[in-house]
Amino acid sequence: MIAARAMGGALLLAGLAAPWLASEYVLSVLIVSLWFAYVGQAWNIMMGFAGQLSLGHAMYVGLGAYAAAGLFVFTGIGPWLGAPLAVIVAVIAGAGIGWLGFRFQVKGVYFALLTIAFAEFTRILFDHITVLGGSGGLFLPVGQRSGVDLINLRGGPVMFYYVIFVMTVAITALSWALLRTRLGYQWQAIREDAEAAEAVGVPVFRTKLLAVMLSAGLTALGGVFFAFYYNTLFPEQIFAKSRSIEMILAPIIGGMGTVLGPLVGALLLTPLGELTMAVIAGLGVTNAGVRQVVFGVLLILVLWFLPQGVWPWLTQRWAKGRRQ
Amino acid sequence: MALDLTSFWLAISNGELMANTLVKGTLTGLVYGLMALGLSVIFGVVRVVNFAHGEMMVVGMYGAWLLAVHAGLDPLLAMPVMAALLFAGGYLLQRGLINRFVTRPEHVQFLLLVAVAMILANTALMLFGPDARTVQVDYAFDSILVGPLILDLIRIYAAGFAILLTLLLFAFFRFTLTGKAIRAAADNLLGAQVIGLDHQRLYALTFGIGAAAVGAGGCLMLLLIDATPMIASDFTILGFIIVILGGLGSLMGALVGGILIGVSEALAGTLIEPSMKSMVSFGLLILVLLIRPQGLFGRRG
Amino acid sequence: MTDLLVVDGVSRSFRGLRAVSEVGFTVPEGGIVGLIGPNGAGKTTCFNLIAGVLRPDQGDIRFAGRSLIGLRPDQIAAAGIGRTFQIVRPFPELTVRQNVTVGALLRHRRVADAEAAADAVLSRLELATKADRHAGSLTLPDRKRLEVARALATNPRLLLLDEVMAGLRPTEIDAMVAILVDLNRTTGLTILLIEHVMRAVMALCQHIVVLHHGELIAAGPPAAIQSNPTVIGSYLGEEALG
Repeated sequence: MIAARAMGGALLLAGLAAPWLASEYVLSVLIVSLWFAYVGQAWNIMMGFAGQLSLGHAMYVGLGAYAAAGLFVFTGIGPWLGAPLAVIVAVIAGAGIGWLGFRFQVKGVYFALLTIAFAEFTRILFDHITVLGGSGGLFLPVGQRSGVDLINLRGGPVMFYYVIFVMTVAITALSWALLRTRLGYQWQAIREDAEAAEAVGVPVFRTKLLAVMLSAGLTALGGVFFAFYYNTLFPEQIFAKSRSIEMILAPIIGGMGTVLGPLVGALLLTPLGELTMAVIAGLGVTNAGVRQVVFGVLLILVLWFLPQGVWPWLTQRWAKGRRQ
Repeated sequence: MALDLTSFWLAISNGELMANTLVKGTLTGLVYGLMALGLSVIFGVVRVVNFAHGEMMVVGMYGAWLLAVHAGLDPLLAMPVMAALLFAGGYLLQRGLINRFVTRPEHVQFLLLVAVAMILANTALMLFGPDARTVQVDYAFDSILVGPLILDLIRIYAAGFAILLTLLLFAFFRFTLTGKAIRAAADNLLGAQVIGLDHQRLYALTFGIGAAAVGAGGCLMLLLIDATPMIASDFTILGFIIVILGGLGSLMGALVGGILIGVSEALAGTLIEPSMKSMVSFGLLILVLLIRPQGLFGRRG
Repeated sequence: MTDLLVVDGVSRSFRGLRAVSEVGFTVPEGGIVGLIGPNGAGKTTCFNLIAGVLRPDQGDIRFAGRSLIGLRPDQIAAAGIGRTFQIVRPFPELTVRQNVTVGALLRHRRVADAEAAADAVLSRLELATKADRHAGSLTLPDRKRLEVARALATNPRLLLLDEVMAGLRPTEIDAMVAILVDLNRTTGLTILLIEHVMRAVMALCQHIVVLHHGELIAAGPPAAIQSNPTVIGSYLGEEALG
């Protein structure tokens, strides 16, 4: 607890001060790290808290991104109205998948496959939605990089940094609070043993569905950020299976089901990936794929030696150190 | 979405085109079946969902490509080499890594193989780059005419070897002592242990056999499509679609599922639009998961 | 006394095999009833039928005058039936207090209230000192008590106990019996229990129902059951010899 609080306080201060200390490159790495922390937190609600494995979360990123970006490109309406639309679209999609999966008792790995199937289906669908650019992509008008236009989310890296920083802090606080609610307890009970949870009165179907819907809606906000930060959307990239996988690495490696795990994981992984690329580039070798290989090896090592994840392992070490 | 109904009806009323599409789909589907067979065998016995299956197939494809480019070996002749190499790889993977995760939750095993998949596909990307690698064989454009049907020789070879290897696998599981022992371990692990079968060795053998099958499938696939690292995960998913359609753990089901997907992809490619053909497969997967999760040929849990 | 639970001609088959065949019995409000019989007699199937995990092929189950057929397990828990599992099923990664709090949340909206209720149940079952331990780290007797505590925290009118004494030492059995008797006397809790430990059954139950091959072969007060020749032949005799 004390370790968590100290860690949280330090991260918060460092996070607020970062734009003054960091170079533009470091800031861009931080933005990506925080984005993965954010979507990792959103995924963690569904899998870490409620125990429902989704390997298709890129679908909610994509739906959110396309909803908000489409609204902006075609009507000029900014992300403040685009975000609610994105959430609604993703929540409906999540509710549909969850309803079908849970109603037809698709469990465990089969449920994960169902989420992949829907994500892939949606990817190909978007390839053919010509109104939204199809496979040719959807492009947002690139705004000025110097000024700050919060209404339309147009501006430079510092603005985007603070936006994703606030989003990440907010979702972390939300996770913390959720775990302490009735719903949070019921999710964890379902994750541990759904039948036993049902026997003590937890309405399993509805409670699981809530986890999927909340996770989907929050993930879609990550998609809105993605759209306005990168300004280009390709179904091939945003709905990719590899993105769905990359999104879940941070919470798994950091510690599934914990509040700070996804954050710690993302702050560990993204810079590590950058470092690897830099080292490999320094050696003069082509670097495509090397980051994922490192992540894969790391994932195996964590699953093998730190099954709870890095963050719980760290807190246990600190607790031990204090006792001695 | 441009769904051109006129061309749809033109295509469907063209008997020759339809017959050729069906035959082409069936032949490709047989290779799909062999590829998915390994996935089914591994799941049926080791109870591990091999999320790295398409990646293993791609390893087979690149191996066959290397042998073709550097040793001038026809992919059909590269097949035994790659099957042996992947057998060894699969055996070691099960023995050295997956075996340590048998008591862990299902999703952890699944994620472990996700990690293996990441490593395999991206190592291929590092070594060979994103460009398509292809093999030119001298029978590439030969075809034979059977009535109104135009049969590509290359597809007939690939499908023929897929059938041959499938029959070999059937025979192995039915008639050899090791094959029977593996089936015993799959049916009743405790019983198999009681009569003194070394299940860890059997599991490793099974994983090796599954990997060998998909490695051989990769060599055949190289005759039909180009090798790129990007197709790896697509084929993993395709493998799942096929075995879930046919029933996880059923050999016969994998073959029938492969043909079903081959035909439906070919039909979708001819009737709708080539780029939408896998949408049909994903739609099928969703339907089967919801309605009949044990597959068309699987036994009810 | 009125009947709190009425099991009325209930049958259930699995793949043509009749696990429970036209079984009928009642549990009076405030009573303690034992359900006994050899392994495979259909006792746990009976529990699963009452708790809504399984749906009977025929017959009716009424609780406080209302039919339970078609209700989900969580709805049946909300109606006032708590249950334990024969093979204990704690939430292993949660603490003992959190385990019981999940149960208490059925009656309390606020987590703080549920925690207070959970703590009360924990001290009643002498688990208070282990409240912050992970449930997965408990010994078997403690897990059995946790199983009872979690079910009790839902504040049930009827408690279904599935072999909560199995695997316990004699002193631990006596302690569990004392706890159950106390609960029954002070709160009026009605109990239906499956049990092989005859010592506990005889000490607790006012009424015993005997199942064999899915059929009800005898029902009555403990003394009558103990001397019933059919029961001795099919069940008690085996136990005595064993």
